[in-house]
Amino acid sequence: MRGHQCKLDIKNGCIDLSHGSGGRAMAQLISGLFHEAFGNEWLARGNDQSAFDVGGGRMVMTTDGYVVSPLFFPGGNIGSLAVHGTVNDIAMAGARPLYLSASFIIEEGFRFSHLKMIAESMGEAARSAGVHIITGDTKVVERGKADGLFISTAGVGVVPDGLDLSAENARVGDRVLISGTLGDHGIAIMSKRQNLAFETDVMSDSASLHDLVVKMVEAGGHGIRLMRDPTRGGLAATLNEIAQQSDLGFRLQEEAIPVKPDVAAACELLGLDPLHVANEGKLVAIVSPEVADAVLAAMRAHPLGCDAAEIGEAIADDHHFVQMATSFGGGCIVDWLSGEQLPRIC
Amino acid sequence: MKYVDEFRDKEIALGLAKAIRAEVDLARPYRFMEFCGGHTHTVSRYGLEDMLPNNVRMIHGPGCPVCVLPAGRIDMAIHLAMRPEVILCVYGDLMRVPGSQGASLLKAKARGADVRMVYSTIDAIRIAEENPAREVVFFAIGFETTTPPTAIMIRLAEKKHLSNFSVFCNHVLTPPAMQNILESSDIRNIGGVEIDGFIGPAHVSVIIGTTPYEFIAEEFGKPIVITGFEPLDMMQAILMLVRQVNEHRHEVENQYRRAVIRDGNLRAKEEVSTVFELRDRFEWRGLGRVPYGGLRLKPAYTKYDAELRFGMRELCVADDPACECGAILRGIKKPVDCKLFGTVCTPVTPMGSCMVSSEGACAAHWTYGRFRDHQQRPVS
Repeated sequence: MRGHQCKLDIKNGCIDLSHGSGGRAMAQLISGLFHEAFGNEWLARGNDQSAFDVGGGRMVMTTDGYVVSPLFFPGGNIGSLAVHGTVNDIAMAGARPLYLSASFIIEEGFRFSHLKMIAESMGEAARSAGVHIITGDTKVVERGKADGLFISTAGVGVVPDGLDLSAENARVGDRVLISGTLGDHGIAIMSKRQNLAFETDVMSDSASLHDLVVKMVEAGGHGIRLMRDPTRGGLAATLNEIAQQSDLGFRLQEEAIPVKPDVAAACELLGLDPLHVANEGKLVAIVSPEVADAVLAAMRAHPLGCDAAEIGEAIADDHHFVQMATSFGGGCIVDWLSGEQLPRIC
Repeated sequence: MKYVDEFRDKEIALGLAKAIRAEVDLARPYRFMEFCGGHTHTVSRYGLEDMLPNNVRMIHGPGCPVCVLPAGRIDMAIHLAMRPEVILCVYGDLMRVPGSQGASLLKAKARGADVRMVYSTIDAIRIAEENPAREVVFFAIGFETTTPPTAIMIRLAEKKHLSNFSVFCNHVLTPPAMQNILESSDIRNIGGVEIDGFIGPAHVSVIIGTTPYEFIAEEFGKPIVITGFEPLDMMQAILMLVRQVNEHRHEVENQYRRAVIRDGNLRAKEEVSTVFELRDRFEWRGLGRVPYGGLRLKPAYTKYDAELRFGMRELCVADDPACECGAILRGIKKPVDCKLFGTVCTPVTPMGSCMVSSEGACAAHWTYGRFRDHQQRPVS
């Protein structure tokens, strides 16, 4: 990657089709922007792939695509989100995340300055999570063929020996823990959407949860049955998914479910349910009753789990319903969302 | 949340539930129809059924403007949207409403139609200004609540001399539908269920007031309580209805005094009457053709009428004959009595009007209440 004399005009320049052509301009983009932001010994070797050490334990691998709009939102951007999301998918297996790949599909005309901000926040998020972005890909498509920028990532990590988190481990009587307030990310994104912009101080909760997971595993060990991050579809989708996979039902207490007042107000305004709204820095844990208090205490002692709460329990239910005792005194189902959440007219 | 949490207080709710239990006559049933889908949503979301005595039954009415839009009108909108010169602006929850043969605006959009989701009528005006070479059509829908913004938008378009803007009008009226439920000739075919009172519309009544319901209370002898959408509003309204029934009264009472006055919003009503006039008949999904159940643009504004501008042909599409929506939204049958419920008809694949929007009777039961189908209801 050495020998390219001309520097990118980060301040005023933008992506053109030559930056995806495989030629000098593309090499210049990769070395001058992505390597600057991600810089590590594996990338510095300049190979089309990276060889790495794994150590003991079982490997986990995950992949994800990021097509968020808008690209920049309160509390983050598509770059940091891509790292957090992939790290969390690995961490939910109880694994230590190690390495990521990042593939960029960039629209012609995309500004270098925005790309640099996104790449730098990816690099920062990766360093904070202790993972390395060690390989990647860059494609440029014609104007109008991508919504500015799409990022696709893959990640690998290692699960410590003896740890096996899986939905089939869940049992009747297990407790449902949530690491904090729900819906922050989805509302932060919606507040900046074109045509829907509204005033709010809500920030995305986008964060890497691997360290919180370490502390939870230390406190709960094998008493932790499984963990999931309730991203798209929110808590409702996550618990319905677990109910199906574990052949159980759940009973939640609405009063115990933490939701920020600002998020509740925005949902009220838009006719949405916070339980269906996306999160990017929260996890749900199903844990045995014996370790529930210890795990909850460990969560609350961590900055990313300070609002953690026990919100319900697993019950026997052939229909796999997620039921909820409402804060009003009645009962209802918490169901999957049917399609996209669309604001109601009245 | 100030002004919201106060109306969701559990202790007050338990007190109201106790008062209802104390006042109901266990020897008779109380069958109350909540006309609005918003009320149906509240009943289901907050589990109000669990708090009422067994002989107090809530009947989920037709009152959701998305639910009652007939499939033919969706087909008409899809045909319009497929014209290359047209940008069709719609409210979000219309996107999934099924037309005939599973078509929807969402699917039309995927096939290339320029369908844009808007959050207000002003968005549609802005899109028309930004696209002078295209024809921008606003898919106007809703009860009396959303009609004033459409009227104001049409007058704004006139003021701005917008020549590329029109409205596909599907606004409908609630009192004629309530009357239709009580006296429709269909009742002879599908049977009837006695309705002992109505939970009256909330937001609609903010606009039109309480007077349009007085003839129903008088002529049909049905008590009506105009009610807000919060669960405490509804519990209080149910108590008020129980008292009217016990005292053999049939009046229009206003529980929602913080928002509704007897004459409604005079300015809004004036805007609507300037721009719109009654259609002598308008089809409601599930109810059929309701006399004076819809609105159209007055002659002075017909240049903004998309149906005339584009020569749109009225399309009538029959619902699936197995669909029980007509009986369900009159309270004759419950969602689980329909053999389509939960099989081919779910919120993801709605067949009938009651499943179309989240506020429909079947959708609300599917989304929030179907666990009760598998358990004994506790004895109150």
